[in-house]
Amino acid sequence: MTAAAPGDCAVKPGRIKQCVAAAARMLRTTAVRLSALYLALFVGSVVLILVVVYRTTAGFLTEEIGETVALEVEAFQDHYGKYGLHGLVDLVRGRSAVVNNNAIYLLTTPTGAVLAGNLSRWPDVAPSDTGWIHFKVADTSGVSNRPSTAQAMTFTLPGHFRLLVGRDMSELDQLSDRMVRSLGWIIAATAMLGLGGGLLVSRGAMRRIEAINRTTRQIMAGDLSDRVPRFGGGDEIDRLAGNLNAMLDRLERLMTGMRQVTDSVAHDLRTPLTRLRSRIELALIHDTDDAEVYRGVLQDSIGEADRLIATFTALLSIAEAESGAKRSDFTAIDLVDVVQLAADLYEPVAEERGQRLVMEIAEGVAPQTVTVRGNGQLLAQAVSNLLDNAIKYTPEGGTITLRLDGAAAGQAARVTVADNGPGVPAEERAKVLQRFVRLDAARASPGNGLGLSLVDAVASLHGARLELSDNQPGLRVALVFPADAKS
Amino acid sequence: MDMKVLVIEDDQQAASYLAKGLKEAGHVVDVANDGKEGLYLAGGEHYDVMVVDRMLPGRDGLSLVQVLRAAGNDTPVLFLSALGSVEDRVKGLKAGGDDYLTKPFAFSELLARIEVLVRRRGASQPQTKLTVADLELDLLARGVKRAGKPIELLPREFALLEYMMRNAGSVVTRTMMLENVWDYHFDPQTNVIDVHIARLRQKIDKDFPTPLIHTVRGAGYSLRAAS
Repeated sequence: MTAAAPGDCAVKPGRIKQCVAAAARMLRTTAVRLSALYLALFVGSVVLILVVVYRTTAGFLTEEIGETVALEVEAFQDHYGKYGLHGLVDLVRGRSAVVNNNAIYLLTTPTGAVLAGNLSRWPDVAPSDTGWIHFKVADTSGVSNRPSTAQAMTFTLPGHFRLLVGRDMSELDQLSDRMVRSLGWIIAATAMLGLGGGLLVSRGAMRRIEAINRTTRQIMAGDLSDRVPRFGGGDEIDRLAGNLNAMLDRLERLMTGMRQVTDSVAHDLRTPLTRLRSRIELALIHDTDDAEVYRGVLQDSIGEADRLIATFTALLSIAEAESGAKRSDFTAIDLVDVVQLAADLYEPVAEERGQRLVMEIAEGVAPQTVTVRGNGQLLAQAVSNLLDNAIKYTPEGGTITLRLDGAAAGQAARVTVADNGPGVPAEERAKVLQRFVRLDAARASPGNGLGLSLVDAVASLHGARLELSDNQPGLRVALVFPADAKS
Repeated sequence: MDMKVLVIEDDQQAASYLAKGLKEAGHVVDVANDGKEGLYLAGGEHYDVMVVDRMLPGRDGLSLVQVLRAAGNDTPVLFLSALGSVEDRVKGLKAGGDDYLTKPFAFSELLARIEVLVRRRGASQPQTKLTVADLELDLLARGVKRAGKPIELLPREFALLEYMMRNAGSVVTRTMMLENVWDYHFDPQTNVIDVHIARLRQKIDKDFPTPLIHTVRGAGYSLRAAS
């Protein structure tokens, strides 16, 4: 680590440059960025809340004042009706004399001369749509020296006398003053809390991400068995960790598989190569003039070479299918054709072995088509491998069924090859899909142990599932295409 | 049938094996070790068939054939390639190749294929009837007769016989039959073709004094009048 610790910056001024760099680096971290975002949101919310509180309170106050004023106006009107102008002047005077109730009254003659009230002159503003007028008055309560806002209702009495009833709104002004004054403090406190909380929260998350990073680095260094720690909360980071672990599991399985394959390839290619080499070598050591001897050895050698080539080709096909690269040139393939062609090719072979090969195309399929997107050659090879296996392992007199079911509601298209041979015990079924694995029962017959592995690889390439089950007796292998493979 | 063959193959040892084998089969062979030389030879002389490696230094086999085809040269071309996937094959045929053989291959396979390519070139206009000795195959009526007697064949047997009769006199290998009759471009483990040929023999040859389907050891089968 070359980053300077915060303490160093204070102690050694010479390292300021480094400290600036460290700070810049820190500013780039997700923790800081997330905190800043968090803080901005936090402050924004607090300001919003204050504004809402102010507006609600002010609205409430204004409304209350409005109601009081309206009631008062009504009372004045009543009074005027009963006692005339003089009664009204007396009442206004009486009310104006009351100190500290924020009330504002003004009664003027049609010419504007003040008859009664605590306002020196008629305010010079036009009433708003709601009938209210807003104006400035010198503070009557003496709390502050500046003019405060007032709002009032005006109306004209018969004889063009004008009456104004209103309220000094200094209370509202004080409220907003106080709010603005406390806003600074509130924001400062919020910022502290937000920044602290944000850092705390995001640093917690970042520490977990850093733990994931550490593990990944270790894995990159070669230790594939390491796993990302999980905290068990089930949140996104935990799910990320879970997915990473699942991916690592799969990778490890693949690696193990590959190592096994490399070992098997070494074994299964080395053994015949050794045989081939020894055979040729022995023929050379064995000094003879008999051309037939050499001819025989050469012929055997070609046979051995051909088997090697076949194994090699099968391995390449599997690798190609597994790489998934062929998916790009998938075309629409009619499974009816694939199945018919394979049945057609193998039917005489089965017959020669005294077996019966029965092709069934599910009702409702023929003469329509069962189309999947895929690689025609690989699908043909998969079906042909399945038939080849079934014929190989089914005794004379056995029956092999090749069946095609079309996709229907809730059911995917499937190709099934069933035989009534010895079958494969349930616990061995996963094993036979592995490369080069040949059950003891199969050792006597020719083959390289790659047939089913290829079928499996082709199935995966097409998103299909390879199902091995008991045909009671015998083996039933089904190639189950995904339900949406229909094109 | 003697042919003049041009082999364009950069691996000198492989090229010399090919040349030796072809010469022993009675053909005249020229060898080019790179695309440039190949193009030069192919442009200057007439060949019956060319065997072209797909990956050549200087100019690769695909573009070499494309250039030849663009110049109006229609000599049959058999591609040899270490790339054996279906797409590679299709690419080769699209570039103007007539056939495609994946390495490693049996020499007999190569020989059979180029012979068929050359003969196909010499074949006359589209026929409606194929005849070999007293065997007749009517492509329109989908009927087969031998010595005037009708023979019942399954559709696939008919296709197999048709392929053999079209290439009568040539050796057709098992792979060629799988490719041309079943469109299988891979090798089924079991010798399925032998069983099909045995069945066909039962129907075509069994009741007649002279067999027409002949086994060619180490290569395949051949349909011809005399042995």
